[in-house]
Amino acid sequence: MHETPDAERALALYRTMARIRAFEDAAEEASKGGVAAFGASLAQAKVRGPLHLSTGQEAVAAGVCAHLTTSDLLTSTHRGHGHTLAKGAAMDRMMCELFGRAPGYNGGKGGSMHIADFSVGMLGANGVVAAGIPIAVGAAHALRRRGSDDVVACFFGDGAINRGPFLEGLNWAAVHRLPILFVCEDNRWAATTASEATTAGAGALARAEAIGVPGTQADGNDVFAVWEAASRLIAEVRAGGGPRLLHAITYRVKGHVSVDVAAYRDAAKHDKELERDPLLIAAGRIGDDAPLEAIGREARAEVAAALAAAHAAPWPEKQAAYRDVQDTGAGRWR
Amino acid sequence: MALMSYAQAACSALQSAMRADAQIVVVGEDVGRGGIFGQYRGLQQAFGAERVIDTPISEATILGAAVGMALAGLKPVVEMRVVDFALCAIDELVNQAAKARYMFGGQGRVGMVARLPNGLWAGSAAQHSQSLEAWFAHVPGLVVVAPATPQDNHALLGAALACGDPVVYLEHKELWGLQGEVDASQPARLGEAETVRAGRDVTVVTWSRTRHAALEAAALAEKVGVSLEVIDLRTLWPWDREAVLDSAARTGRVLVAHEAVQVAGFGAEIAATLAEESSARVRRLGAPRIPVGYSLPLEDESRITPQAIAEAAIEMRNAPDPQR
Repeated sequence: MHETPDAERALALYRTMARIRAFEDAAEEASKGGVAAFGASLAQAKVRGPLHLSTGQEAVAAGVCAHLTTSDLLTSTHRGHGHTLAKGAAMDRMMCELFGRAPGYNGGKGGSMHIADFSVGMLGANGVVAAGIPIAVGAAHALRRRGSDDVVACFFGDGAINRGPFLEGLNWAAVHRLPILFVCEDNRWAATTASEATTAGAGALARAEAIGVPGTQADGNDVFAVWEAASRLIAEVRAGGGPRLLHAITYRVKGHVSVDVAAYRDAAKHDKELERDPLLIAAGRIGDDAPLEAIGREARAEVAAALAAAHAAPWPEKQAAYRDVQDTGAGRWR
Repeated sequence: MALMSYAQAACSALQSAMRADAQIVVVGEDVGRGGIFGQYRGLQQAFGAERVIDTPISEATILGAAVGMALAGLKPVVEMRVVDFALCAIDELVNQAAKARYMFGGQGRVGMVARLPNGLWAGSAAQHSQSLEAWFAHVPGLVVVAPATPQDNHALLGAALACGDPVVYLEHKELWGLQGEVDASQPARLGEAETVRAGRDVTVVTWSRTRHAALEAAALAEKVGVSLEVIDLRTLWPWDREAVLDSAARTGRVLVAHEAVQVAGFGAEIAATLAEESSARVRRLGAPRIPVGYSLPLEDESRITPQAIAEAAIEMRNAPDPQR
C-alpha cells in the first residue's frame, strides 16, 4: 500500500525544495569568478573553488530526508547542499561555510565539498565519488550497537556505481543486514560525460538487486514519488529488514561545477528536461490555492539573511589552521 | 611480568582495552578466527560477533567503515592483514580518516587503530614485503607507530587505542612469534623513543625489526672497539627529535637504519633534521630502490643485516672528521 503525503506534508516538501533552490541560486551567484583554473580572479568571488550545485535535484533530498530525524545519520556527496539543508542544517551557517568564514559549520576548513552538520546527523559531504558508502556502512554498525532503530541515508550519484566501494559497501551491508537506505541520485551525468556512455548493464537498481539489496526506482523529479518510495523503503530498513536502495532518476540542471556551462549537452534535450523542474511538478500537484509564492518568498528572504550573515562574518584566525589536525604530534612542524 | 609473543602481547592489550571500553570494536578479515597471526585469538568468543566483526575482502570498505564507525562514536581497530593490502584503502586512510576531523572543523574525530603489518616477509615477494611508514608519516592527521618488541606491542597498542587520533599501527610481519617479557602495568607514551643501548661513538637511530639488527650490530662493533648507541624511535609520528638530537650531540655521528627503501624513506627526514639542527655527521642505511624479490639471494639484497649496520657505523667512526 502506498502512503501519500497530506497537504501539510506536501507544503513542507515544497518548502524544503524551495529553500534548496534559493540556496543554490545564491551560492552560484556568489561563486562567479571563483575557480582559478578558468583564469578568474579569486578575489572577486565570495565562494571560492569548485561548487557542485544540486539545482534540479531538490526532490530527492527533500523526499528522502522528510522521513529522517536528527538521530538518523546521512552521508553525502560533493553535491551535498540539498542533503545538508534537508537534514536540518541552518542556512546561515552553511553560507558562512561556503564563504570560508569562522562561524561556518566547519569553521571555514571544509567549504562546499565537505559541508557537514554533525548536530543533525549529517556526517559530511565528500570530495571523493563513492567515499560516503563505506562511511555509511560503519555508521550503520555504530547505530546498531546503540540499539536504536535509527538508519543511515547514504546518498551517491550515478557515477559512483562504477566505483569499487559501491560493490563492497552494498555487499557488506547485505551480509550484515545493516540499517542503510542507499540512495542513487541519478542525474545522468558523471562529471562531464553522460553516465549511459560509461555504465554497462541496467544500472544502479539492477546491480543492487544482484547483490541482494532490494529497492525501487522512482521519478527523482517528483517529490511525492520520492517521498512515497522512501517512506516504504525506510520503514523496511527501520524494521530491521536490512539495506534497501532507492534509484531516483533526476536531472542535473547545471554543469558539473558552477563554472561548467555544460555546452556538451544537446540544447533541445536540455530544454526539454528543464520543463520537468521538480518545483513546477510539485506545484502542479499541490494546486493553485496553496501559498507557494509565499513559500518561495520566505526561502529567498532566508537566503538573503544568510548571505548578509556570511558577508558580515569574521574570517578564521590563522592559528585555526593548526587546530583539529590531531592531538598526538600536533603543532607547527615543518 | 609474563612471557608472551609479540602477537599475544597485542592480543592481551586489546582484550584489556575492550573489557574497559565497550566502544572498542575490531573490524577486518578473519578476525573471528583469531586473525591470521593469532593477534585476535579468543576475542570474538569473548566479545561477540557484533564487536569483533568479520568482513568480506573489501579493504576500502573495512577502512572506510572504520571512519564511519568512529564518526558515529565507536573506536574501531582495523585489521588490514599486511600494509601492502592497505593500498586498496588508501583513499579511506588518507582522504577520509586523516582529514575528517580537520575538514569538518572538529565536528567529528576518527579515533581508530589501523593495524597494517609492515616490513619484509620472508619468501613473500614484492606485494607482501613493503615498508611504507614514510608514506603515512607524510600525511597530516595520522599517527604512525612501529613497535619492535612484545613489551612495546602491548604498551603502544594501549596508547594508540587511548589517543583518539587515527593511528597507523605498523607491527612487523616477521616479529609475530618473537618472545619477550611483558609488564602489562608499564605504559608507553606515543612519541617517546627508547635508548635501547648506550654508546659513545655512533648513534644508530632505528625502529621496528631493525632495532634487533642494530643491537646485533652493536655487539659486532664492540668487538673492534666501536661503541654504538641504539635508539628505537617506536613512534615515527610524532618522532622523538629531542632523544635523537641529544644523542647526536654526544656521539657526533648518527646512522639511520631502516628496512624501507632508503630513497625518500623516513630516514631522510631524520637526516635532514640533523643537518638543520646539529653538527653531527649523518648516514642512512636502507634498502636499495628495488621491489623485494622472491628468491633468497634476491630477497637478501633488500635485507638490512647486522653486518651492514656494523660496517657502516665502524666506517663512520674511523672516517676522518670533514674539513670545515
